[in-house]
Amino acid sequence: MINTSKLTKKFGDFTAVDKLGLDVAKGEVFGLLGPNGAGKTTTISMLITLVEPTSGTATVNGFDIVTQKSDVRKSIGIVFQEPSVDDLLTGRENLEMHAKLYCMPREIRKKRIREALELVELTERADSFVKTYSGGMRRRLELARGLLHRPKVMFLDEPTLGLDPQTREHIWMFIRKLNKEEKMTILLTTHYMEEADTLCDRIGVIDSGKIRVLGTPKELKRAIGGDTVVIRKKGFDRKKLRGLSFVKSIAQNGSETILGVQDAHSNLQKLLARIGPIDSVEVREASLTDVFLKYTGKKFRDEGEDGGEGGWGNRVMHQSNVRG
Amino acid sequence: MVMNELEGIYAIWLREVKIYFREKERFVASVVSPLLWIFGFGAGLGATVAIAGVNYQTYVFPGIMVMTVLFTSVFYGLYVIWDRKLDFLKEVMVSPLSRRWVFVGKMLGGVSDAFIQSMVLFIIALVLQIPLTPAGFVASLVVIFLTAACMTSIGLFFGAILSSMESFQLVSNFVVWPLFLFSGALFPISNLPSWLQVLTFIDPLTYAVDALRGTMLGTGVFSFGLDAGVLMVFCVLAIGIGSWAFERMGKL
Ligand SMILES: Nc1ncnc2c1ncn2[C@@H]1O[C@H](COP(=O)(O)OP(=O)(O)O)[C@@H](O)[C@H]1O
Ligand SMILES: [Mg+2]
Repeated sequence: MINTSKLTKKFGDFTAVDKLGLDVAKGEVFGLLGPNGAGKTTTISMLITLVEPTSGTATVNGFDIVTQKSDVRKSIGIVFQEPSVDDLLTGRENLEMHAKLYCMPREIRKKRIREALELVELTERADSFVKTYSGGMRRRLELARGLLHRPKVMFLDEPTLGLDPQTREHIWMFIRKLNKEEKMTILLTTHYMEEADTLCDRIGVIDSGKIRVLGTPKELKRAIGGDTVVIRKKGFDRKKLRGLSFVKSIAQNGSETILGVQDAHSNLQKLLARIGPIDSVEVREASLTDVFLKYTGKKFRDEGEDGGEGGWGNRVMHQSNVRG
Repeated sequence: MVMNELEGIYAIWLREVKIYFREKERFVASVVSPLLWIFGFGAGLGATVAIAGVNYQTYVFPGIMVMTVLFTSVFYGLYVIWDRKLDFLKEVMVSPLSRRWVFVGKMLGGVSDAFIQSMVLFIIALVLQIPLTPAGFVASLVVIFLTAACMTSIGLFFGAILSSMESFQLVSNFVVWPLFLFSGALFPISNLPSWLQVLTFIDPLTYAVDALRGTMLGTGVFSFGLDAGVLMVFCVLAIGIGSWAFERMGKL
């Protein structure tokens, strides 16, 4: 449903999206996971025909995003990163305007608007001005608007950015509904690990405009070696780990050394014996966070806590792989 | 197909008109400023000055009318910068309705805003006992329509090619005020120094002011046909560059 080949966008000398290659199958929920500034929004903007790529090509629903804009536009629904519903209109007026823009026949317009409002549970507030809506309600209205014309492909740019955890769960439920019941192919971007993990069939980790790794959440977690062992020790010497085949990766995060380890529970003894005295050790199952750290070398804080957009620190890690 | 596009244009127009009535501050501000000009400036200068045999307050009325249309229309268009910042316009820009028609819908929205405002001024004209005939009223509406369409298109053009809010100030200083000052809205254009005369001749608003002086006061310099014709040419040009800028948006 979505294919890109060497898709590139430059702003002056700065490359925001760099030879991006993607393949999203029909019916799939695909997640672009990356920190702020990774190029997620720019990628979506190109796919939805809002900006033209500097080079490379892409098709959406089989239509070229540069030469067949009009067909692409008829095939897609969008929830933008920034709020894009009109504050001074009511929820229903927003949907009516959208229906007219998409040339929906008058007979089905009313019915679809009613259904969409029901789906996102906004029927009761439909005739209030949007400026009286909460952040979650706006998001739901945008979802309703995006699906009104029954698009084949739905683009969701950070659909839960800035929402509290309950509202986020709520939105997730609707996204699953769209995918399962309305059979929509969905491409969403996020910088929340949990969101990517629970919603997406496949994930592409994007950083500095490039896809770093791509696969199902399971595959990605398995690929970094199963478990994670975090060791705190001054002057850690990674040479000591040479020859340990169960150590799949090493990453440094400040004073912490993060190891991707196969079957950590049975190998921990051997590992610690090799390293010698340490300050502390922590063992956990690999999470997408670890995948992320490994492929982008970026550390994030407070993920999912504040719902804000902070969360990604600077490049503080020096990573390397150890081949067994 | 054509029916569908009309519906899309109507949707955009309807949104603009609703917003206009719902944003009370905008409406109030746009009514207060011409009132200040008429009763502050016009009445003040009118106490000692009369031009072409009419009281200055009456003389300057068509100019104030044009000024109101100018400011409303250009700033309405520039507002697109703000809409773009808020991702709001994107929803319209990625709809199947072609950019050209989006432009037309927006432009008609601006023209409507200007029309509504000019109605307020027509009511004041009655109060000031300006001798407006029914035919003069209709002709005035034609002039206001052309002027608003031209100025909204210019505003939308700048709104589409500029991106920072600071551009408001730039356009205000380098486009809006010169257009106003060189239009002869405040003074007769017949005895000007030649450099100023050249500027007034290339200013579309000169023809708008002159046409309205003709239709409202019967003191126009050029014929109504000439004024309306020149305005129409400017209008077509402005619509051309405006819709071009809209279609081009996003290719950067
Ligand atoms: N219009 C633009 N002009 C210049 N730089 C831009 C523009 N849009 C985005 N960028 C830059 O491109 C990079 C990617 O931005 P974006 O796609 O918004 O990232 P994300 O959505 O992943 O947070 C950022 O560094 C951003 O500053
Ligand atoms: Mg973004």
